[in-house]
Amino acid sequence: MFNPQLNADGKLQHLLSIEGLPKKILNEILDTAESFVGVAEREVKKVPLLRGKTVCNIFFENSTRTRTTFEIAAKRLSADVLNLNVSTSSQSKGETILDTVNNLIAMHADMFVVRHNQSGAAHLIAQHVPPHISVINAGDGRHAHPTQGLLDVFTIRKYKPDMHNLRIAIVGDVLHSRVARSEIHALTTLGVPEVRVIAPKTLLPAGIEKLGVQVFHDMKAGLQDVDVVMMLRLQNERMSGAMLPSAQEYFKTYGLTQEKLDLAKPDAIVMHPGPMNRGVEIDSAVADGEQSVILPQVTYGIAVRMAVMAILAGGSQA
Amino acid sequence: MNILIQHGRLIDSANNIDAQHDVYIAQGKVVGIGLSPEGFKADRTIDASGLIVAPGLVDLAARLREPGLEYKATLTSELHAAVAGGVTSLACMPDTEPVLDEPGLVEMLKYRATMLNLTHVYPLGALTMQLQGKKLTEMYELTQAGCVGFTQADAPIVDTQVLWRAFEYATTFGYTLFLRAEDSFLSKDGVAHDGEVANRLGLKGIPAAAESLALATILRVASETNAKLHIARLSTAEGVALVRQAKQQGVQVTADVSAHHLHLTEHDIGFFNAHAHLKPPLRTQRDQQALCNGVLDGTIDAICSDHTPVDTDDKLLPFAESEAGATALELLLPLSLKWALDHQQPLTQAMTRITQAPAGILGIAAGKLNIGEVADIVIFDADTYHKVEAHTLKSLGKNTPFLNMELPGKVHYTLIQGLVVYQA
Repeated sequence: MFNPQLNADGKLQHLLSIEGLPKKILNEILDTAESFVGVAEREVKKVPLLRGKTVCNIFFENSTRTRTTFEIAAKRLSADVLNLNVSTSSQSKGETILDTVNNLIAMHADMFVVRHNQSGAAHLIAQHVPPHISVINAGDGRHAHPTQGLLDVFTIRKYKPDMHNLRIAIVGDVLHSRVARSEIHALTTLGVPEVRVIAPKTLLPAGIEKLGVQVFHDMKAGLQDVDVVMMLRLQNERMSGAMLPSAQEYFKTYGLTQEKLDLAKPDAIVMHPGPMNRGVEIDSAVADGEQSVILPQVTYGIAVRMAVMAILAGGSQA
Repeated sequence: MNILIQHGRLIDSANNIDAQHDVYIAQGKVVGIGLSPEGFKADRTIDASGLIVAPGLVDLAARLREPGLEYKATLTSELHAAVAGGVTSLACMPDTEPVLDEPGLVEMLKYRATMLNLTHVYPLGALTMQLQGKKLTEMYELTQAGCVGFTQADAPIVDTQVLWRAFEYATTFGYTLFLRAEDSFLSKDGVAHDGEVANRLGLKGIPAAAESLALATILRVASETNAKLHIARLSTAEGVALVRQAKQQGVQVTADVSAHHLHLTEHDIGFFNAHAHLKPPLRTQRDQQALCNGVLDGTIDAICSDHTPVDTDDKLLPFAESEAGATALELLLPLSLKWALDHQQPLTQAMTRITQAPAGILGIAAGKLNIGEVADIVIFDADTYHKVEAHTLKSLGKNTPFLNMELPGKVHYTLIQGLVVYQA
């Protein structure tokens, strides 16, 4: 099938989803990110790769954290950055998503970073921009959050370099999680032999095993001997109702505590895409504990986003 | 005006005809088949050499968008699309604005359609006021105004007590209910089949059980009340099996499938192709196969267009926000022919499903060419392939998942009441 992310030469044109990206491109992004990690430690935290380019962060759904990391990444590449919170302005005036984008194209934007609460929004934009413009999906509905997936595998690679010899568990609300989908595609593409998902049946989508994962409903069984535990955020609105009876019960059954973590390998690392619900999906002691790599994830997130932008802009040297 | 259609291959499944016969038309009626009536003098002769002559198509489900939704399509535009597609009779849905729940609205629509002298329009009235599933409409008065049956379109009746009463009341007068089976809780906010593709794309799914659960209820109520029931737009293998079983048990039920569902599956959504956003959703290959088999063995009586013209803006949105539906009046014939070709079926099989069978379900005098009856005729070339392109579609809706595909079947002439209303 036609892959809307790649151009005729097989090079990355947009980053919309991890699905369908060849291992070679994933590794290119990760290797490029490696060279950007050091930039933040320099006295002048900037490289001139995107000088003179305009990056537009269009956020149809609010997210301070993700927007900030994209903004920092673009600025470290010397781009001019424009932030738009569309949910609060033009959408309420009846403007469509493509109207908003066309206006920004008329202002000569070069790259769009898009977040939207509907799956497929970034694809829609990518299909309607001229060929010199790149679109980065910063999260669309339940579908994908490719830079998060990439920064997660980047982090894993840092701590556990032998990807072909890992057992990884993803725990929580997989049904509603774009992060989980992107993580699964990234891990399976990079050759991780065993990816597990652990969740109650109400939070797992139909046919999840077709993505190449093993399904566990018992967290203790699922965590047995894993190298990496990737926790997912549980949205407030799902904590009580027909999905789950209560946050307390969820914490007891699927919250990560040290006791449960001890079932994993002794050197297992714990990850979370943030923002965390302490005491719901993860115990504070674990989140702040020695095995947690949650803050390094944030740091690496900037390097990975720099790498994606640099590759899309046609350069990759730090 | 006297018309002679010469040298064509006449396919009239209702009369078991598939042979070369000339057709003689006078005063809007068929006056001779094969043999010239005495003293017949043609004012116009149509050479149908190499073409098929058949009764005009009858469509069980078309949205004409009038009244109220004229920015999507108009009665005029869609009836021109209908005749271009060889459709000479159609049942239209009541989900307009306002809803067709009052006799006056139906009369107005019938009158406007009649004035156009194009395809015959047979409104399906709303079964409940505002399609809200609470209060019954004045079915008798609506029938007097021109309704040929009653439906909820895509709206559910959640309250089974109301459903039961609706069946009882409609049965009192012998009216047919046209219902689509979908559990409104299981399908809430869903936009695609709850399976592999919806999971991969992060779209909210509608499980196959949403159809079978609702269908089991509807069939049971129909059986209890002895009602005449038509199941509209089946989409699942399980649904086909339930209808087959009900028919075997003697329930008075008929069923249709949309032409799209005979050819497409959830995988045709590809990367969020909003043209493949349909109601009911496209399902798995197994379901598609079961639907095709259902048409083959007669469990599914008719193929309908489920014509739903949507304006371009309402499709240029993220998949879940885009409006569901596809334009299809002009594709009903090609897609039905393709179904016959794909399954090595004779043309008559396909034609039955889009002429005789739907006419029978609607209880209208159409779908056959009897001497003395109205001359609604389509003349088409079954062998030529043509590309579906937005600019060649007469419908104001350019939304179809078949855009840029090559399909068999090209309509050359459409006659309504003995007059040529479309000529390619």
